[in-house]
Amino acid sequence: MKILVCVSNVPDTTTKITFTDNNTQFNTNGVQFILNPYDEIALARAIELTDGGKGTVTVINVGESNTEATIRKALAIGATDAVRINAKPHDAWYVACQIAQYVKANPFDLILTGRESIDYNGSKVAGMLGELLDLPSVSIIKKLDAGDSDATVEREIEGGKEVLTIPYPFVAGTAEGVAEPKIPNMRGIMSARTKPLAVVEPVEVKTFSEIVSYETPAPRGQVKLIPPDDTAKLVELLHTEARVI
Amino acid sequence: MSVLIYAENAGGKFKKSIFEAVSYARAIADQNNTSVTAVSIGNVDATELASLGKYGADKVLNVSGDKLKDFINQAYASVIAEAAKKEGSAVVVLSNTFSGRGLAPRIGVKLEAGVADGAVALPEQAVGSFKVKKTAFSGKAFAMVELTSAIKVIALVPNSYKVVETGGAAQVEDFSVETKASDFKAMIKEIVRSTDKVSLPDAEIVVSGGRGLKGPENWGMIEELAELLGAATACSKPVSDAGWRPHSEHVGQTGIAVSPNLYIAVGISGAIQHLAGVSSSKVIVVINKDPEAPFFKVADYGIVGDAFEVLPKLIAAVKEYKASA
Repeated sequence: MKILVCVSNVPDTTTKITFTDNNTQFNTNGVQFILNPYDEIALARAIELTDGGKGTVTVINVGESNTEATIRKALAIGATDAVRINAKPHDAWYVACQIAQYVKANPFDLILTGRESIDYNGSKVAGMLGELLDLPSVSIIKKLDAGDSDATVEREIEGGKEVLTIPYPFVAGTAEGVAEPKIPNMRGIMSARTKPLAVVEPVEVKTFSEIVSYETPAPRGQVKLIPPDDTAKLVELLHTEARVI
Repeated sequence: MSVLIYAENAGGKFKKSIFEAVSYARAIADQNNTSVTAVSIGNVDATELASLGKYGADKVLNVSGDKLKDFINQAYASVIAEAAKKEGSAVVVLSNTFSGRGLAPRIGVKLEAGVADGAVALPEQAVGSFKVKKTAFSGKAFAMVELTSAIKVIALVPNSYKVVETGGAAQVEDFSVETKASDFKAMIKEIVRSTDKVSLPDAEIVVSGGRGLKGPENWGMIEELAELLGAATACSKPVSDAGWRPHSEHVGQTGIAVSPNLYIAVGISGAIQHLAGVSSSKVIVVINKDPEAPFFKVADYGIVGDAFEVLPKLIAAVKEYKASA
């Protein structure tokens, strides 16, 4: 099985988020970038599915040369090879168009993304890829069992779950539960240096969205502490002051 | 131009998040002096369909039939895009639910439309400009996204816009779309609904537990409080990682982001990743025995105390309040 895992390069989860240029630019100063945690889950499952020579795992990233450390980490975790489309990822539409273009020339049996990226929290790339490639797509899956000609996936729905079978090829956005992220071992780290990483130039794509500014949430007021013996006071405040019960 | 809203049903009923999305669509339509059409797919009865009129839908397109009774992303996206074309819709609104998040990007591609998912406010519109405020960095910030395409797709976060009753009435029309066989490659084998539980992403109240609960055997207190309040239950990442609770209950940066009216955190210290996913809750209550827990810095109300002592008292207080209400 040939699996493609789409990975993004995102700020570490502990990053304090600040902006510059009158709140129009994300301040990358001092920020450590990591492999998107949901993409790590996708990658881990792809490696499990191809374990023992049952296929290959290619990781693809749309990014400039500064994302290569993240790509090498994916190779160290166990991906077979990597592709970097040499462009700044403008928005999900731009990223999906670039990856779709690559996949049209290099087909895969299964395309995995994380359920969303933790920077812009979009969950659009999987669906857009599905549409651009005329493939089924399923977002936010919690389980992925691969059969010979199709896979069984479990998808979260509001207040429950749904089990689907989908023939290959298809696109899926993976969430927690699909696999446990893998930590690269020394052998993986060493071999990652020599694994193929192809750099592909982007195709021209018109864009439909632009982030024009940012804001941080308004600071919350001082906490009102209630004595542990007076829970009735809390209930009263939630009813009369906060009006939430 | 018209505004189209996809009215997703759960077992034939519309949830509050859909009434929020209809109200939101109505407000956009009013800004542009146009009408609202809702499209419903699946088997929903006439009374339920007509109820969308109360929140501002002028017309409801009803797509029914066995083939489309269950959600298939590809097929539903085709139907909604065709409805948007039929209505000449310049804006398509969805709720940012699990299904909505899968549909929005496919519809965006079909209509060559910019997509703002995770929207939390009405668009700011001016001549040649349409900006939507959306969540970013897992709740640590917001981004203002300008959509430059002729058609715009917006997925609205549940609980981020109020339900507004207009008292109007909607005209319900049957609508059919010729579906392609390739839209039905994915087949649903089974749907499991836990009907007795409140759904976490659109819950108005969430009661959440962390490692301070010491083990899964102690979750009865969380569940009892949640049930009394009509709340959903949730947990922190270490709890789901330890297998005490299912991953579907994990809220935070790498779990589900929630924005309920009330978030009650019990025995959760408030790591930056957890705070990111819950910070847009309107009111936060924190119960923790460590007065230095970072969660107290973002809480509206706090009790410094042991969960095992405080929770039973809080449950009793809520029972008393309910009995007297």
